[in-house]
Amino acid sequence: MDERQLRSDLIGLLQRVAPEVDPGELDAAEPLRRQVDLDSIDFLNFLISINRQFKVSIPESDYEKLRSLDDIVSYLLKAMPAPSGGSGKASTSAV
Amino acid sequence: MSPRVTYRDAMREALREALQRDPRVFLMGEDVGMYGGSYAVSKGLLAEFGPERIRDTPLSELGFVGAGIGAALGGMRPIVEIMTVNFSLLALDQLVNTAASLRHMSGGQFHVPLVVRMATGAGRQLAAQHSHSLEGWYAHVPGLRVLAPATVEDARDMLWPALQEEDPVIIFEHALLYNVEGPLEPGAGADIRHARIRRPGRDLTVVTFGGMLNPVLGATEELARAGIEAEVIDLRVLRPLDDATICASVRRTHRVLIVDEEWRSGSLAAEISARIMEQAFFELDAPVQRLCGAEVPVPYARHLEEAALPRTPAIVEAARRLVGVAGAAP
Amino acid sequence: MIEVKLPSLGADMDEGTLLEWRVHPGDEVSKGDILAVVDTTKAALDVECWHSGKVFDLLVEPGRTMKVGTPMLRLLEPGENAASIPPARVPAAPAPPPAVTAPPAAARRPVSPAARRRADELKVSLDSIQGTGPDGAVTLKDVEAAAQARPGRDRAADMRRLIAAAMSRSKREIPHYYQTDDVPLAAATEWLRTTNLGRPITERILLAALFIRAVAEAARRHPDMNGFYVADEFRPSAPVHVGMAIALRGGGLIAPAIHSAEQKSVTEIMRDLSDLVARTRAGKLRRDELADPTITLTSLGDESVRAVHGVIYAPQVALVGIGQVRERAWVSNGAVVAMPVVTITLAADHRVSDGHAGARFLADIGERLQHPEKL
Repeated sequence: MDERQLRSDLIGLLQRVAPEVDPGELDAAEPLRRQVDLDSIDFLNFLISINRQFKVSIPESDYEKLRSLDDIVSYLLKAMPAPSGGSGKASTSAV
Repeated sequence: MSPRVTYRDAMREALREALQRDPRVFLMGEDVGMYGGSYAVSKGLLAEFGPERIRDTPLSELGFVGAGIGAALGGMRPIVEIMTVNFSLLALDQLVNTAASLRHMSGGQFHVPLVVRMATGAGRQLAAQHSHSLEGWYAHVPGLRVLAPATVEDARDMLWPALQEEDPVIIFEHALLYNVEGPLEPGAGADIRHARIRRPGRDLTVVTFGGMLNPVLGATEELARAGIEAEVIDLRVLRPLDDATICASVRRTHRVLIVDEEWRSGSLAAEISARIMEQAFFELDAPVQRLCGAEVPVPYARHLEEAALPRTPAIVEAARRLVGVAGAAP
Repeated sequence: MIEVKLPSLGADMDEGTLLEWRVHPGDEVSKGDILAVVDTTKAALDVECWHSGKVFDLLVEPGRTMKVGTPMLRLLEPGENAASIPPARVPAAPAPPPAVTAPPAAARRPVSPAARRRADELKVSLDSIQGTGPDGAVTLKDVEAAAQARPGRDRAADMRRLIAAAMSRSKREIPHYYQTDDVPLAAATEWLRTTNLGRPITERILLAALFIRAVAEAARRHPDMNGFYVADEFRPSAPVHVGMAIALRGGGLIAPAIHSAEQKSVTEIMRDLSDLVARTRAGKLRRDELADPTITLTSLGDESVRAVHGVIYAPQVALVGIGQVRERAWVSNGAVVAMPVVTITLAADHRVSDGHAGARFLADIGERLQHPEKL
């Protein structure tokens, strides 16, 4: 999976929860929830949308590892099947 | 339940009451005595009060209005009846140059407490020499107070306060009103300073007076069925105009239609429109509209006469246009 | 050669307009003849000849307006030779008055004066408004509709005003009293962890759902915390509709209701909460959800505040505040342990209940959170 594509998809999902998010202003290394004012339900909804789009299940015990956008990107790159597999929303949408 | 009487009877009642209350009051004019008045307003008063107080005059408006002025200066409270406003033009010199000016020219030493009543307006097929509406000409003149009772109550209640004025008062009685019936409460006395709201409404203000009040009220019923609520202002006092009542209404409705039987050019409608521009321009949500009599000498033929006058359908149409597409429910 | 000029034909005449010539070049004229007709402000007047001679040439065209003294025609004196006459100094026709052309008026949309003023007050741009008045004029109604439809800032301003009015009324009318308690959450967090372990992410429960459930259950047993104070009397409510204060992105908050929370399971409440939050953010709440909460819960646990002392939302009579869950040093069974702890507060209406009742209510909530499996 192309990392740049993944980042842009994630920002798209984030904007569904927090429409005013400006990708240019977002610091990918900083904790997300404080930066864009996500409460626990917003954050849960964001994770649910990630789960739906990338078919990656995220156990609750991993929530703490997903603090910044960078954290989420690397978590997903590890968790997702290799691009050659051709499965997953990301590859289909690249066609 | 208050009794219903005609405008004519109410006016006669007012005359009778004034004659009873104040020995200085007397009535004079063409045919007011033996004939009972050309619109039968003074019928029976000669028998009741005698020829000293109900005086027939020669056909000379200039002469008998002048005599009225003299009587007023001499301490009487004369009521002079002029058959129609058209004929009053013969007495303009007395009314404008003398009655309205004397107080000013004498440095306040001489007042002319004269009341002049005259019929006005069209609608009775009396043609161009008996039918015009020239209220605005008199309302133009400083020194005169000009009244236009449009209801039975005002017909009875405005005369007495007019007689209490120290300066000349002109009362216009629209010829079509004499037969109109209305309820009459026991007299409380009317003020002769203010306009009245005859019907409250939120969508537009219709300003009118005298003979146009009833056609306007008829039009508002029809407008209400179409969802347009018109506020109706009866001016009652044509000079001095009650700007405050008019402008307060404009602040509520933001739209104004003026219905005036006079010719449009230089009419009272023009004056009212100008005052609204001066005092309430920023309240207006549409240009002030005027609906006036056609600018022709009033025709004799019935259909032509009707066509020359503002009537209910035209008022309804003008109001609808003014409220605009969005406001007018179909 | 004699030059005939426009004479003054009256004391107040300073110009005239030539209507017609009565003579032609070559005509013999003598004193007293009429040369031309000139219009003055008063009348058309004849211009008379004061000399004798032969008309040599006419210097102005009919229709011309000229000043008094302007040369009009020339006469040859008797015996004078035409060849000796210099060409006429034709008085330069005055430059035509500059056509009074106002600069072309910019096409201006009809906007009523009242609408213009209102637009200014509401800070609405007239450019974007479609007029519906006579001749397509923009009217008051159009401006107000545009202001209503305007997204963003002004809706926030409207909400600010609403909150200001509601909170001012509450502080003016309701005699609040406040209580605070610290509640250990070891049991609750452990229960959540194990419960969520077996659930897909879409069905996982947040701590907020447990709080709502605990408050609903406690409120059912303490009716003087649940209901409305209207017309000088308290009307308790049988169902517990828990209003959940939800902050809006961009400012303001709404506290829509989770209906009959006392009869719902934690899972149901969680589902309702997700739905409510999503719809609140999308502005799709139903009217009854906004109108009828019987008690309000405000949770600032996601911010780093320890406790929140709320303002009751009239006509309700109680508001429960939840702070941030933090690990703290906690004494348990004679030992100091690390414990997740939350500070729960109560703001209640002293017209309806007293401190004792409030304390029992708060203790009940804390107690219920120790047994999440029973909630």
